[in-house]
Amino acid sequence: MPVFYGTEIASPLMLGTAQYRSPTILAEAFRASAAGIATVSLRREAGGGQAFLRLIEALGVRLLPNTAGCHSVKEAVTTAQMARELLGTDWIKLEVIGHADLLSPDVFALVEAARELTGQGFKVFPYCTEDLSVCERLLAAGCQVLMPWGAPIGSGLGLNNPHGLKALRATFPDVPLVIDAGIGLPSHAAAAMELGFDAILLNTAVAKAGDPVMMACAMAQAAEAGKAAHRADPMEPREMATPSTPVIGKAFLS
Amino acid sequence: MKLKINGQPRDIDAESVADALAVEGLAEARVATALNGNFVPASMRTTTLLSPGDALEVVAPMQGG
Repeated sequence: MPVFYGTEIASPLMLGTAQYRSPTILAEAFRASAAGIATVSLRREAGGGQAFLRLIEALGVRLLPNTAGCHSVKEAVTTAQMARELLGTDWIKLEVIGHADLLSPDVFALVEAARELTGQGFKVFPYCTEDLSVCERLLAAGCQVLMPWGAPIGSGLGLNNPHGLKALRATFPDVPLVIDAGIGLPSHAAAAMELGFDAILLNTAVAKAGDPVMMACAMAQAAEAGKAAHRADPMEPREMATPSTPVIGKAFLS
Repeated sequence: MKLKINGQPRDIDAESVADALAVEGLAEARVATALNGNFVPASMRTTTLLSPGDALEVVAPMQGG
């Protein structure tokens, strides 16, 4: 099971808390998925925050606040500081958004914010790309987890660059790696885990499914299947057929 | 004093961040605060004084991915 900053989590599935049709469905989806970590945001208190706080604390999972929507180092750092006080955790999912259409990370600001926050004692989970140099710099900045995107947030496109993700896994064999964003189907979840990733973080694929609870369950099963497949050391694919049934001993019938 | 709380213009009788929270009915709420973009820890709300034109942000955990 994944270990983040010395804490072992009982599931490879991390689930977001946004976009569910009701708080009841959110809670049922978490139960069905057995996800070990829930991501939350910080937003202006307009009356609903206190009830939501009670709901998420009752889920019995570890909370990972995010800096979603932050476009600058300062915004992200201030948000992280507020989240730490509010939720009593030094874990922070660090998002510094660079491009509004793709919600792609501003990797330059991301590295700067990560350095600042680790200096302040935060345990940073950076939402990043699979770029090896960026990931190297995040590790040098003190991150002990990397969370590259599979595809743009909310797109459900799966793993856009499986070769790059494979290279990242091979380059940093001992760093906990999480696919964050882009997973739309259980097959994507399984593919991420088959690549040897330690966990997956998803939200929209479950929340926006026709039956979020059933999809949460399907994602959890797929993640487990993919993890088992990776550990089972899959066969190498080949271009041409090779008979699985023995040729020797076949009756001569023509 | 005229200031903005969560982006909304307010004219309230408050000297400190703690006063402003009380006026807004959030004295007991679990919230976090930032004044003009800088985090104000709960322990410093009574000693962090407001000035006209300040922007106070009061946040709580919400849905997120």
